[in-house]
Amino acid sequence: MTEITIESVRKRAEADARTYGYHLVPDPDLLQGLLEGLKVNEERYGYPSCPCRLASGKFELDRDIICPCDYRDPDVAEFGACYCRLYVSKDVYEGKQELPTVPERRPLEKQSRAYTAVSAPKETEAAKAEEKPAAPREEVKVMLETKPKLWYCKQCGYVVFRDDPPYVCPICKAKKEMFAEIKTRIDFL
Amino acid sequence: MQFSKVQGKQTKHKVVLYALSTCVWCKMTKQFLKDNEVEFDYIDVDLCQEEDKQKIREHIQSKGGPLSYPTTIVDDNVVITGFRKDKLKEVLGI
Repeated sequence: MTEITIESVRKRAEADARTYGYHLVPDPDLLQGLLEGLKVNEERYGYPSCPCRLASGKFELDRDIICPCDYRDPDVAEFGACYCRLYVSKDVYEGKQELPTVPERRPLEKQSRAYTAVSAPKETEAAKAEEKPAAPREEVKVMLETKPKLWYCKQCGYVVFRDDPPYVCPICKAKKEMFAEIKTRIDFL
Repeated sequence: MQFSKVQGKQTKHKVVLYALSTCVWCKMTKQFLKDNEVEFDYIDVDLCQEEDKQKIREHIQSKGGPLSYPTTIVDDNVVITGFRKDKLKEVLGI
């Protein structure tokens, strides 16, 4: 496995910013701090989850907060920066707009996953070991379930398999409303 | 729950800081409080046990705060979400 360095984290973020027309926050100390946080999370969890959000440590539950997170595009569009402020708009980068404070857009129900997710499987494993088939609490079970579906962008045809459609189409920038679920039907004649 | 205490001359208010060890804004909040010699207790939530995470969540939500970090709770009453120098100065009188 390649070693994770601040430089590799920086290069990946720079490349992503270039691709999608964003900039990295210009303040060097702030940038360094954000990249360090991402590096620690990548080492800890195996993926660079947002340094400013509590992760569950489970890939499926944290997928929406892996940098660049699902909320970056709508947050940069609305406020001029993403939640942790690693990615900023051209105006913020050039100093025409102050670095904003960005409220949390991630739904509370998804945030809550980080507070129960890890302990839940442990309980289940312990129950199995004692051969007591104790059912996990209903609340926990619901939160652990993800139900990915197929979505397509009605504007450009981009297809994605995930719980919810993206806020913005990564290909043509169409809004979430342009996405529709693909429902498959098999007819037996 | 293991809080870390940072000593300071400003002891007028009871300041509790919920932070993430990976978060640069949380680090800046800690530094700001230290620079202003404010005494405070902090805990890095991402390094906590699961039971403690639950308790922290309940504490923050019982005060009406969102689950964002840093969360500073002053005198178990005022919740300041994010690194807000202006609000910290105002509430702490520094």
